[in-house]
Amino acid sequence: MHRVVITGAGTVNALGQDVPATLEALREGRCGIGPLELRDVGRLNIRIGAQVRGWDPEAHFNRQDIALFDKFTQFTIHAARQAIAQSGLAFEDALSLASGVVLGTAGGGVNTWDENYRAVYEEGKNRVHPFVVPKLMNNAAASHVSMEWNLRGPTFTVATACASSNHAMGQAFHMVRSGAATVMITGGSEAMLCFGGIKAWEGLRVMSRDACRPFSLNRNGMVQGEGAGVFVFEEYDHARARGADILAEVVGFAMSSDAGDIVMPSAQGAERAITGALRDARLDPEDVGYINAHGTGTAANDKTECAAVAHAFGQHADRLMISSTKSMHGHLIGGTGAVELLACIMALREGVIAPTIGYEEPDPECALDVVPNTAREARVAAVLSNAFAFGGLNAVLALRRV
Amino acid sequence: MTDSVRDTVVGIIAQQAVLEPAEVEMTASLEDLGIDSLGLVEAIFAIEEAFDISVPFNANDPAETAGFDISSVAAIVAAVEALVAGKDAAEDRA
Repeated sequence: MHRVVITGAGTVNALGQDVPATLEALREGRCGIGPLELRDVGRLNIRIGAQVRGWDPEAHFNRQDIALFDKFTQFTIHAARQAIAQSGLAFEDALSLASGVVLGTAGGGVNTWDENYRAVYEEGKNRVHPFVVPKLMNNAAASHVSMEWNLRGPTFTVATACASSNHAMGQAFHMVRSGAATVMITGGSEAMLCFGGIKAWEGLRVMSRDACRPFSLNRNGMVQGEGAGVFVFEEYDHARARGADILAEVVGFAMSSDAGDIVMPSAQGAERAITGALRDARLDPEDVGYINAHGTGTAANDKTECAAVAHAFGQHADRLMISSTKSMHGHLIGGTGAVELLACIMALREGVIAPTIGYEEPDPECALDVVPNTAREARVAAVLSNAFAFGGLNAVLALRRV
Repeated sequence: MTDSVRDTVVGIIAQQAVLEPAEVEMTASLEDLGIDSLGLVEAIFAIEEAFDISVPFNANDPAETAGFDISSVAAIVAAVEALVAGKDAAEDRA
């Protein structure tokens, strides 16, 4: 069993187009949610989201790349460049063969589907661009990361709806821990903020029209976001030998399935993933100082998640902090766990706990310390990151300070 | 007109409950009929499609749904009748 550490991080999301800007926004409790700017927004009932503002593909990619990269791939490559640059790794020879990519996305190239369905159905065209399939496929981002950095080991994409990134990072962790890979580029991305991507979510009637207020009694639903988070997971001795700056250690991961309902969450399923991650990490409940919650801001998730945490941690549940940063960067669906891992790293490295903003009224069914509205300084040794997906699929990661 | 609204709504609810329309009691709640949250969202969608109306319903927000009483089959029929009447009045004015 090898130890697994994080030696690079990158992101683009509504709070910022790199890690420092994102962490600053998380510390300040800044909200990235606002009026959506997209085609046909007037035909949507939900008109807010956490969009990446001022995204300029031409600033990052050449024309051939843009023709091949859906927005979810663009976000991924942009984040991967930051993460790999920070790690200082160059993938040559044996390391190239021992390094791979596992990324999460729920929808893949949703914008590409949307634009081309418009072309053939709405505009009546009978021809689409030759790159539609390689652009929209869910593994496009992972493949382009593999190609750009010559990563020739295990490479694939995980799609488990809102838990995709956590499942992906769990696989990366397992691969480095087991020795199947020395380095894994991992995380996830989502770019679903287009007419079809939002219209689909509207149908479920779980979206808020005004704000994401996790754990607050007056919460009224989730708000979609977009972006990517990408990390370098590296075998500990390899990182130490080259003097890498270690951001945090990944110490545990667990998955569970509710085997119950396709949309309603189960506290028991969530609890099994939480306790499983603690067991895998050999952590006692008392070791955990902070949990980055799934915290979607829906009535069902937040009370179920709080019940699961309360039951898993017993008395310690009242002493730990749990916040939902979705209140700021929105719900990035398949990319959400990756962006949320940044808040976990910030807690461990900088001793700053990102708040749950938009918190207005206590809910007796969410009676935990949700770090309302203002970031807090606290020294924590270990943290968890929760993700609970539609389909009842749960994935929890455990991280520790190094 | 009113009967047809009732018959259509009862038909939609019966389909969700896997019952014959005659078996749907007007006083029954959706819970009594074994309709869960997904079934409710599907029934509301079917109602919106059948009458070309927009039903104010958010699964997270009772306040937003306050104008649309879902406590019983009769309440739902009455709420749909009100929405249909509102739509007809708007069309008459137009």
